[in-house]
Amino acid sequence: MTTDVDPVALTIFVGAFLLVTVLGFVAARWRRPVTLAKLDEWGLGGRQFGTWITWFLVGGDFYTAYTVIAVPALVYAVGAYGFFALPYTIIVYPFVFAVMPVLWRVAKEKGYVTAADVVHGRYGSRSLEFAVAATGVIATMPYIALQLIGMASVFTALGLTGELPLIAAFTVLAVYTYSSGIRAPALIAFIKDIMIYIAVIAAVALIPAKLGGYAAVFAAADAAFQAKGSGGLLLAPSQYPAYASLALGSALAAFMYPHTLTGIFASSGANTIRKNAMLLPAYTILLGLLALLGYMGHAAGLKLASNNDVVPALFKALFPGWFAGFAFAAIAIGALVPAAVMSIGAANLFTRNFWKAYVNPDVTAAGEAQVAKITSLVVKAGSLVAILYLPTQFALDLQLLGGLWILQTFPAVVFGLFVNWFSARALLLGWAAGFLGGTWLAWSDGLKPIHALSFGGTTIALYVGLLALAINIAVAVVANLAWRGLRRDEAGVTARFP
Amino acid sequence: MNGRSTSRLVWLVLLIPFVGLLWVPFYNTRSPELFGFPFFYWYQLAWVPITVFLMWLVYRTLRHDD
Repeated sequence: MTTDVDPVALTIFVGAFLLVTVLGFVAARWRRPVTLAKLDEWGLGGRQFGTWITWFLVGGDFYTAYTVIAVPALVYAVGAYGFFALPYTIIVYPFVFAVMPVLWRVAKEKGYVTAADVVHGRYGSRSLEFAVAATGVIATMPYIALQLIGMASVFTALGLTGELPLIAAFTVLAVYTYSSGIRAPALIAFIKDIMIYIAVIAAVALIPAKLGGYAAVFAAADAAFQAKGSGGLLLAPSQYPAYASLALGSALAAFMYPHTLTGIFASSGANTIRKNAMLLPAYTILLGLLALLGYMGHAAGLKLASNNDVVPALFKALFPGWFAGFAFAAIAIGALVPAAVMSIGAANLFTRNFWKAYVNPDVTAAGEAQVAKITSLVVKAGSLVAILYLPTQFALDLQLLGGLWILQTFPAVVFGLFVNWFSARALLLGWAAGFLGGTWLAWSDGLKPIHALSFGGTTIALYVGLLALAINIAVAVVANLAWRGLRRDEAGVTARFP
Repeated sequence: MNGRSTSRLVWLVLLIPFVGLLWVPFYNTRSPELFGFPFFYWYQLAWVPITVFLMWLVYRTLRHDD
């Protein structure tokens, strides 16, 4: 890919970035709260985001910049298999529709800010709360780093070299998140999502026309996979379980992350969430079409140094400079929204479930907000340092493990909303088994998302995160049964020998 | 069947997208094509509006007092 600076593209890019920066600071005054010195206000925007704001915020936060780069890159590299993102981002919504309004109501009634708050309130267990909170923080850090990778790929396409642009963009982000809290990404999400919609709709409408239509795009991709000898327009039968389990596991994990849950908690009501479950799939259509950019890369005959270059290279090759600049700005701004919400989600966890729980239980509302603001800076600085000084592969591997880890909080967070059967220590044991067992499985496979299970002669390859969740639930059920049995025996013994 | 049990049963429609999308062999074919899209691709995209419709079926049975 060439790295000459296109002045028109760069001007559009910088202009859009400045606009967003101004918005980020203005956001503190948007829907002006009495005070921002309260975690409910800084971290959740006063729990008053209605249907449209929530739609832009959660959409901008769930379909990240990294998604825009990585999904087409995977489809470019392997074909149909990379499409698991589509079933994943469809089946996630019936789950959100059924479960998230229940979670929101509990949080609203009791004033909870994080998933770990909900767990502590439900089970009264500091250790289970800590497990959920710590998992949330360590799963989020590499996710923020990934947004930086997405941003870096468009900087490269614009011809900006060195680390300075990335540091500058992230510093600006850190400062306005600090001052405005979640109102900043919520306001910026409007701009980001509209820009992404324009860029992607233009791409999926105009690029196939330039390349001879969708039939020609699919045919070119098919020819490329056959020439390469791997990948394809359809799945191999051995890939079925992997494809389905990746989709299911990712869907169950998606709304366990602090950033997606923050969007849920910040909404104004259970009904807002249900409406959003029905409206957010519009982004999934966009994602499905976006994924096809991977095939368009083959049809356009791109020669790429890295698969992640496929989207930037397509825009550069097939659109005029000003539109490429616009699209790159959309992707880079698309990294800011999730990065901001992720750092806020992690900061809320640290403040509520570590600082308030262990360091200063009597912390005031203003003190909570201050701790969270500083934590959000630390979290972002940590991710930036990790990207600048550690190999990129490290962030990708950690992100893979992060998905597995966050999925292990599912039983603790969700089960208690519907059944009153599990005890905290059984759930904690299940979490530990899933977390450690899953990490060990992934590690022994060389950090691959898929683990091959052999039953006699047949081998089934499944998403390792889902396997770990199965271990987690099985251990929790068995432990709970054992402890209940034990208690009944003790009760029986005391009854007979009073 | 009384109204209450109907409104509980309607929630089961939310499981349909899981079956339709996770049973992969059912749609892993190239034909019939639609607008140049192999079946594998347009079938999965078609589940987006279907899933929204199924959620709406449940939504209209709920009281919206929150």
